[in-house]
Amino acid sequence: MHKLIVMLCLMLATNCYAVQTGSDLDARVAHLTEQLRCLVCQNQSIAESQADLAMDLKREVREMLEAGKSDAEVRDFMVERYGDFVLYDPPMKTSTLLLWLGPLVLFLAAIGAFIWRLRQRSREQDAAPPDEAELAKARALLTNKDEQ
Amino acid sequence: MIPELGHFALILTLLVATVLGILPLLGAQRNDAALMALARPAARLLFMLVLVSFGCLTWAFVANDFSVTYVASHSHSQLPLVYRITAVWGSHEGSLLLWGLMLTGWTAAVSFSRRLPDVFNARVLAVLGLVAAGFFAFLLLTSNPFERLLPAALEGEDLNPLLQDPGMVAHPPLLYMGYVGFSVAFAFSIAALIGGQFDAAWARLSRPWTLVAWLFLTLGIALGSGWAYYELGWGGWWFWDPVENASFMPWLAGTALIHSLSVTEKRGAFKSWTVLLAIAAFSLSLLGTFLVRSGVLTSVHAFAADPKRGIFILALLIFVVGGSLCLYAWRAAKLSGGGKFANLSRESMLLINNVLLAVVAATVLLGTLYPLLADALHMGKLSVGPPYFEAVFVPLMVPVVLLMVVAPFVRWRGHELPALVKKLLPALGASLLIGGAGAWATGTPSWRTALGLALAAWVLLGSAQLLWGRLTGQGTLMARLGAIPGSWWGMWLAHLGIGVFIIGVSLVKTMEANVDVAVKLGESAELRGYTFTLDKVVEAQGPNYTAMRGVVRVSHDGQTINVLHPEKRIYTARQMPMTEASIDAGIFRDVYVSLGEPVDASTWVLRLYYKPMVRWIWAGCLLMALGGLCAALDARYRKLAKIKAPA
Repeated sequence: MHKLIVMLCLMLATNCYAVQTGSDLDARVAHLTEQLRCLVCQNQSIAESQADLAMDLKREVREMLEAGKSDAEVRDFMVERYGDFVLYDPPMKTSTLLLWLGPLVLFLAAIGAFIWRLRQRSREQDAAPPDEAELAKARALLTNKDEQ
Repeated sequence: MIPELGHFALILTLLVATVLGILPLLGAQRNDAALMALARPAARLLFMLVLVSFGCLTWAFVANDFSVTYVASHSHSQLPLVYRITAVWGSHEGSLLLWGLMLTGWTAAVSFSRRLPDVFNARVLAVLGLVAAGFFAFLLLTSNPFERLLPAALEGEDLNPLLQDPGMVAHPPLLYMGYVGFSVAFAFSIAALIGGQFDAAWARLSRPWTLVAWLFLTLGIALGSGWAYYELGWGGWWFWDPVENASFMPWLAGTALIHSLSVTEKRGAFKSWTVLLAIAAFSLSLLGTFLVRSGVLTSVHAFAADPKRGIFILALLIFVVGGSLCLYAWRAAKLSGGGKFANLSRESMLLINNVLLAVVAATVLLGTLYPLLADALHMGKLSVGPPYFEAVFVPLMVPVVLLMVVAPFVRWRGHELPALVKKLLPALGASLLIGGAGAWATGTPSWRTALGLALAAWVLLGSAQLLWGRLTGQGTLMARLGAIPGSWWGMWLAHLGIGVFIIGVSLVKTMEANVDVAVKLGESAELRGYTFTLDKVVEAQGPNYTAMRGVVRVSHDGQTINVLHPEKRIYTARQMPMTEASIDAGIFRDVYVSLGEPVDASTWVLRLYYKPMVRWIWAGCLLMALGGLCAALDARYRKLAKIKAPA
């Protein structure tokens, strides 16, 4: 089975080696514009959107990167102009603390509850009274003994 | 006249639903056979009435009756017949009627089940009747699809062109079948809570219903994703859009539910979990309807401007969730028990699976609702998008997938850790190797690809080993093959589907390529070894749109493999532009062309995409749904004893 997968990966890989389109700049523009929200669309990033505003912003991002700005500088510029709403990747701050820590807290709480439940269960089982079937069997044994 | 008949049928529906919701429940409490006997015919009548109502609305669409407001705003005389029919569920009112049709359809289906004892059956149908009563009250009071428009419009405003697509024909019905199907699992749990009786038969009886709902939901989500892939025109398949999340949350809860049910059925344990998950799955379905339909997603303020619908669904939601949780708290004492199991056992593995899936569902809920919460509390407007969801979803799902492979190897009650490790170590080692080698072979290695491929290999190797274990040993191969129950095949296929899905997701993410290029007529562009020649762009006339249709010849290694026809359409009624991509689909890669804007008279922008393994994503979903079908058809569910009537 794993041979098949390796073969598959290699087969696909030859395609990649054959042609490398796009420069580093293209990749950076694509990466950045995917994380910026088109403000006039329903719910699209400016990379996906064909709206005029999105087109302008894409051009602007490209120009800023060409001018030697860093990714962070471009993001800061967009936030300054449009607010946090423009970022699909919300920044970590007091108002988003719950958003970012929530999943971690939930995860830890769930694992804690799981372990607690297992422990509690094994304690219950140790102390549990015999169930009906066991009692019946015991009773039957006792009556048999009496008859003998 | 016919719309009035539909309206009238809807009013009768509400009345019958109210009767169904109250009398059989009373009958079950008082052990009154006459009242309980009402449940079955009432459930069927309910479905017939909604069917009549739905038929009337469909007729209004087919006949272009623009004196009905809903038809006037979502149809057009030039709209092709098939889209006039599917336009019935193209917007709020009609899609809610479809929801109601599904709900009463499930209710009627339950009424035909002869395996349920009368008391239990009466309770289940009554609970479904109560849900239907709340729902149809909502429909009639806030979203009546039969409202008249006076004077009638001369022409309709047309259906949103995005929805004029074969994918949209089947996507909402499938999705709603799934959403609403969880109402049956919910009703079974509530009926059991009311009766205070939870035995293996209860779990066994609700399993096939839950599985069928889950498989429809899986298909519906997959179809929606496929539709977004080719119809939205930029080749994405999942956007973590709130509307998508709304369908994904019930799926996660439902997945946890079918696992929990299997433990309840086989070992009598996890009754609390099963009941809670059934409540959660249905509540999340209701919440999804609320999120999508109330307008709250576009803006909290849009909701505040016309709060009637939203408030109503919110009240319904609070009633359903609050009521069921109170009932649950009251009966919780009866839910304990079940067989013993060790810390390492099939039971504990399924429990951790449930816990983790619940955390994932809660996380998706948090991310989806957070912008609304922040806005409502004046903490500023913010967006929560794919980068956030990917950052939290992947780490949470990795342990789920890891354990998913281990669990079927672990015996019920208890298993020795060293024996398990010894059994699975070779597969684990091989998976890590494959992950590393595979990621390196893609040419742009990243830890994400390595992780994805290693996980996929882990799932596939684990599945192969599991099947091998079932097939070797005493007896002939055919005998052993025949001895495998349907539910086992279901589990195996669905888990395999996850592996196939992960391969698709990780490889398309790493190796996809796209480029926007301006191409002169007769010239060509290249992407990943494929040459795209723009032969010509011609004008084309559709039934209700005009289009510019590109003729793009795709060749590879000098040979033409396909001629694609991407279109740029303008739908006449709304003057709305639409991009219609054209795809050369393949098992290992899709080549995807969409037509952009013209630069000048002889030059067009082409968006070219190379999408390796993208079909594997949906193939994985299909395998999961097929697994659901196998499990639902397990022979065990068709020959079993009735539940004993509670004393």
